[in-house]
Amino acid sequence: MPDVNATRPLLDIHDLTKFFGGLCAVKNFNLALPQGVLWGLIGPNGAGKTTVFNLVTSLVQLSSGDITFSEERIDGLAPYEITRLGIARTFQNIRLFSNLTVLDNVRIAYHPHAGYGLSDSLLRTKTFATKEKELTEQALDFLSIFKLEGIAGETAKNLPYGEQRRVEIARALACKPRLLFLDEPAAGMNPREIMELMDLIHFIRDRFKLTILLIEHQMRVVMSICEWITVMDFGEVIARGTPKEIQGNQTVIEAYLGKGAASSAAG
Amino acid sequence: MELGYLFSTILKMAALIAWIYGLMWGLKHKLLWQKALTVILAFAVIQAAFLIQFGDFALFSAFDQGLLFQAVSMAMVALGLNLIYGFNGQFSLAQWSFYGIGAYCAADITYRWTNGDPSGLLVVGIGVILAAVALAGVGRLLRLKRGIPVLSAFTFYLVALVAAGLVAVVAGRAIAPALVPLFGTSAAPGVLGSAFVRQIVFFLSVLIAGAFAAEVSFMFGLPVLTLGSDYFGIATLGFAIVVQTLMVNSDTILPFPEMKGGRGMIGIPKMTSWVAAFIFLLVVVTIVRNFVRSSTGRAAMSVREDETAAKAMGIDIAGSKLLVFVVGSFVAGIGGGVYAHYIGFLSPATFSFLAGFNPLIIVVFGGLGSMTGSIAASFVWIFFLEGFLRVLLSQLGTDAPTWRFVLYPITLLLLMLIRPQGLLGSVEWGFLKPDAIIRRLKGGGPAAVDQKERA
Repeated sequence: MPDVNATRPLLDIHDLTKFFGGLCAVKNFNLALPQGVLWGLIGPNGAGKTTVFNLVTSLVQLSSGDITFSEERIDGLAPYEITRLGIARTFQNIRLFSNLTVLDNVRIAYHPHAGYGLSDSLLRTKTFATKEKELTEQALDFLSIFKLEGIAGETAKNLPYGEQRRVEIARALACKPRLLFLDEPAAGMNPREIMELMDLIHFIRDRFKLTILLIEHQMRVVMSICEWITVMDFGEVIARGTPKEIQGNQTVIEAYLGKGAASSAAG
Repeated sequence: MELGYLFSTILKMAALIAWIYGLMWGLKHKLLWQKALTVILAFAVIQAAFLIQFGDFALFSAFDQGLLFQAVSMAMVALGLNLIYGFNGQFSLAQWSFYGIGAYCAADITYRWTNGDPSGLLVVGIGVILAAVALAGVGRLLRLKRGIPVLSAFTFYLVALVAAGLVAVVAGRAIAPALVPLFGTSAAPGVLGSAFVRQIVFFLSVLIAGAFAAEVSFMFGLPVLTLGSDYFGIATLGFAIVVQTLMVNSDTILPFPEMKGGRGMIGIPKMTSWVAAFIFLLVVVTIVRNFVRSSTGRAAMSVREDETAAKAMGIDIAGSKLLVFVVGSFVAGIGGGVYAHYIGFLSPATFSFLAGFNPLIIVVFGGLGSMTGSIAASFVWIFFLEGFLRVLLSQLGTDAPTWRFVLYPITLLLLMLIRPQGLLGSVEWGFLKPDAIIRRLKGGGPAAVDQKERA
């Protein structure tokens, strides 16, 4: 297991705070993700987990705090710049480019690495032909890693739910990230699909040497695959530790079940 | 007579659609000679149709030829708008204004030139080039520093643009007098007054008009495209009204007496021949198709599909929207230049914002996100509305042609009820189809057979 107290974390979030009007969605959130860890972020609904994702990927502007990714300040950058630095994400409610094919979904993620410019494509130069072919082959190879090559020509919106999830994860990985955010990947899946998903997460982590931050409500998933867990409630971190520690943590049980229930469960 | 006319117009429409299909089919072939042959044949077919005349009967009467030229310039405008609205998802009412800007810009250049005044070409030509250099330079400088607010960036661009414009005016005016003697007199035209040079100036003027429209659209789009799609639509409406007002007052508040304001600009040399219109149509179709079928085009489509996801995939959505908007306006400007030199007369009423809905209707009618649809719908629309409705209804009485604006909205309503995705949906023909790999993956159908044939 990677050392959580390593001196140079891949992602370092320091005192992150976000106000929506008067509501404090995230308050003094701290997180240091070491390289290669699979870290879970859990908490009751509305705890501010997705907001943390949105803040780091700059889809939402932070109110205060600073974020460092591989020793570079990334707060205040545009979302696309952050993605190009190596942070990719999936969404809680799947956000595929639904009228485009699976292949095009992946090829769009390759766009920053396309290797040819506007003039090449307008004039159809040699560079365009070779790079475009390379890019397409890469995308197809990439899809075959996820056993999606058979549906590469399908329009994304016509796929069943489970496959849409897989395509979305594949698309996020096509951005060539070092850090991957997964926002409730198991939502709406049946037990068999959840098993497959857990295998998939392990697989991509080993294969692409990823660091993963995972939001999930399915405790089975979180407890069995995460190495470290941060628990949030009402925008604040209430606990941090290994799955074992979290399972026995009184504050966490209270946050999930309420005070009375927690004491009766303990008693 | 009426029935005969009806049939012949329907036949002509069908023939033109078949012609478009043939052109696209021919252009999809890989080898250069195949493409060249297609282009020459496609050109010759229409040219021959123009020439077929037996006494009173003409296959393509002057009126029909006029419709064809209108259809060609409309196809350019519609293709540009389809890029902006259909592929990038930005609802724009300004497309028609960029068409107007292109028309006036090109017309002014050639109008002055034919009257022995090279200042139009010099000032606008130099200005467009300098402005492009200035905008590119400022863009590069701005990229050095992160997080510059868009309005500050706009100010920098504006200053650079004004400077470039001033230099162009001064330089153009300084050079112009030296060239004037080369025009000669109307009796003995000099080098610059010759028909050949005038043709070159015409082609240049159309290209410059496109570039000019593109630069205007860059300045307009930069701050305004940051608005969400609906608000952007309203802003473009404002832009359309501003442009038309400037056209109406071009001789008073703008220093262009030759545009004659609301009375309309007359005396534009009618230089759009079928060759010119066809060449520009091919250029525009190629630009749009090459843009759409590239990584940049896919990025533009991802912005339409889901902006948030596009951001998270590393797409610079502001940049993508601006680029598409500029390319779309460039194409519209070219269309305007072609139109102005066909019709020979420009009236601000043509470019009212209400008329600006026409290309929008064509794009929706043909199918959002279908280039083939936009081209085909432009031809069908012009021949339907201007061709047989106008002619047929006028035989019923003088007031009757007004009915076409009742009949044609009803047609549109019916179409939207029966085929909301537009006539052609997302179907593309030949040259405009997605790359072979997508077709192969989708499997089956004529596309797959096509692949095997080539392999």
